[in-house]
Amino acid sequence: VSTATAQQPVDAATVEMLEERSRFIRSEVIRLISIAKVGHYASAFSCTEILATLYYGVMRLRRGEPDWPDRDRFMFGKGHAAVAQYPILADFGFIPEEVLNEYTRLGNPLGDHPDRTRVPGVDFSSGSIGHALSAGLGMQLGGRVEGREFHSFVLLGDGEQNEGQVWEAAMSAAHHRVGRLVAIVDRNRYCLDGEVDEVMGIEPLDEKWRAFGWEVHEVDGHDVGALCALLRSLAGREEPTVPALVIAHTVKGKGVPHMESEIGWHLGYLSPEDEAKAQEHIAAGGERRRR
Amino acid sequence: MSGSQTIQRSTEQSWTLLDLLDQAPGLLALSDTLVEITEGGAPVVALTGDLKYSNGLVRFAERYPERFFNMGISEQNMVSAAAGMATLGLTPFVADFASFLPLLCCEQIRTDVAYSQLPVRLIGHHAGITLGFYGTSHHATEDLSIMRSIANLTVACPADESQLAASIRASVGWEQPIYFRIGRGREPRVYEPEELRAFEFGRAIWHFRGLEAVVIATGSMLAPSKAAVSKLREEGREVGLIDMHTVKPLDRQAVLMAAAAGSPLITVEEHNTVGGLGAAVAEVLADKGSRSRLRRHGIPDVYSLIGPPTHLYQHYGLEAAGIEAVVREELDP
Repeated sequence: VSTATAQQPVDAATVEMLEERSRFIRSEVIRLISIAKVGHYASAFSCTEILATLYYGVMRLRRGEPDWPDRDRFMFGKGHAAVAQYPILADFGFIPEEVLNEYTRLGNPLGDHPDRTRVPGVDFSSGSIGHALSAGLGMQLGGRVEGREFHSFVLLGDGEQNEGQVWEAAMSAAHHRVGRLVAIVDRNRYCLDGEVDEVMGIEPLDEKWRAFGWEVHEVDGHDVGALCALLRSLAGREEPTVPALVIAHTVKGKGVPHMESEIGWHLGYLSPEDEAKAQEHIAAGGERRRR
Repeated sequence: MSGSQTIQRSTEQSWTLLDLLDQAPGLLALSDTLVEITEGGAPVVALTGDLKYSNGLVRFAERYPERFFNMGISEQNMVSAAAGMATLGLTPFVADFASFLPLLCCEQIRTDVAYSQLPVRLIGHHAGITLGFYGTSHHATEDLSIMRSIANLTVACPADESQLAASIRASVGWEQPIYFRIGRGREPRVYEPEELRAFEFGRAIWHFRGLEAVVIATGSMLAPSKAAVSKLREEGREVGLIDMHTVKPLDRQAVLMAAAAGSPLITVEEHNTVGGLGAAVAEVLADKGSRSRLRRHGIPDVYSLIGPPTHLYQHYGLEAAGIEAVVREELDP
């Protein structure tokens, strides 16, 4: 459904790698939440392919150098899904594996929400919905003053669209012609109390963002090939002056059948037996893929 | 040093918004000092929310257009964006009405700036009841209380343009974020610039020592307090005066020294008597079990009347005569 121009198809090896990384993230989310004994499985699973694609297919990063000044920045508007980001940060060598394995235990830097003061690789703290796009905008304005050209990628929840500050930032980014700001809405259709469009409707989302002066694209948020092609084309724009918004259509709880689009699973806990089944299912996804 | 007279605008000539700045040395000092430290190499950027004429940042913007960002009337976005800028090593100065910046953006200041330990400087201008007949929406009598409870945040109330300039200079290299609470830039001058070379956040300035009573004033209330204390001292009363320009971290030693003789203390602030300077001093006295009685003088937990600022100061006893009367009550109870 994307209308982005000049998209290059992503090769099969890259697609396979991104799918494997997505399975890795889902599996790690389940393992980490078993340590905390409560967590946001479903919110993490809807954005798993988006995170895998950004970190392993799009963003300019250096392994082991979380503070590299020219790195692309990532802001997590829906910070409650940070449990899906931590395994990536460990994989990039930003945080030690031992820290990951103590997720949420007393004094561990990794909590339910990402914290820049405690976690290398977290570019901005999150937890209060609605701030992240402003932060990503500020980094772009600051980069302009400092003469640095990096991208700010901001992952927003669809419920987050209810926040007034998101629209302040949207207006401001277009006004200041911040073209290296790319926001992705994880359109999983659910917030905490139920369906977004029943709790506080946000449609027509594409028209709203276009009216605010943004370039808008839509994509299947679980199709890593399409996501990667689109995000690479946006990151590759020459001298961009228009911020870009991607509506990624996703399924909350994607990858574990009994969680998919079940509102209760916004927050929950898997018993050891169910956890094993979920892990088997995720691994089987890989098997199906290979056949 | 001038007394308690405020700068008067002529009523003989027409004027506009654009003329106001020239009559507000305290606001000129804001921009001019920002230009000065930027020239000195400080990585300053300045942001405001459609108020560059009201706070004088227009002068900074003319000098450094690439470092100035007008963020429109979207204060919360402005504060979070400033925090984002600070992650790159820049020092953002965010200026907006004190009635909006700390109240509307309290959570952004807490989470994105103070908790995140980013050196953003928040300038709340037209604090207290300086916006007179604009009414409660434009009065800020809660900001000290709110900002004081936010960990990592330094809270400073410069009394005049000299102290504002000195405190901005002192902020270069200060790692914590800072909330500067200033008036409308027309506060009478208390200090000559050279008197403030040793300015330090958290170190109060003693104007007079006094065994009978000690007045502890902050921000806009320093000038009228000084006039009131000077008058009493001319009568032979031994009244002391402390300029508590930093409300957080509070100079606890200065408070304890003032209370050492057990004589009454009087705090004076253009703020609700709940939660501000008076409360901060009360906490120190209570912690130490002091014998000193404390009189917290300010806006007595009400929403201010509307009216011209000078009339409001008289109504609430926040001009020299009103402060003098309050101190007399404590001297001769």
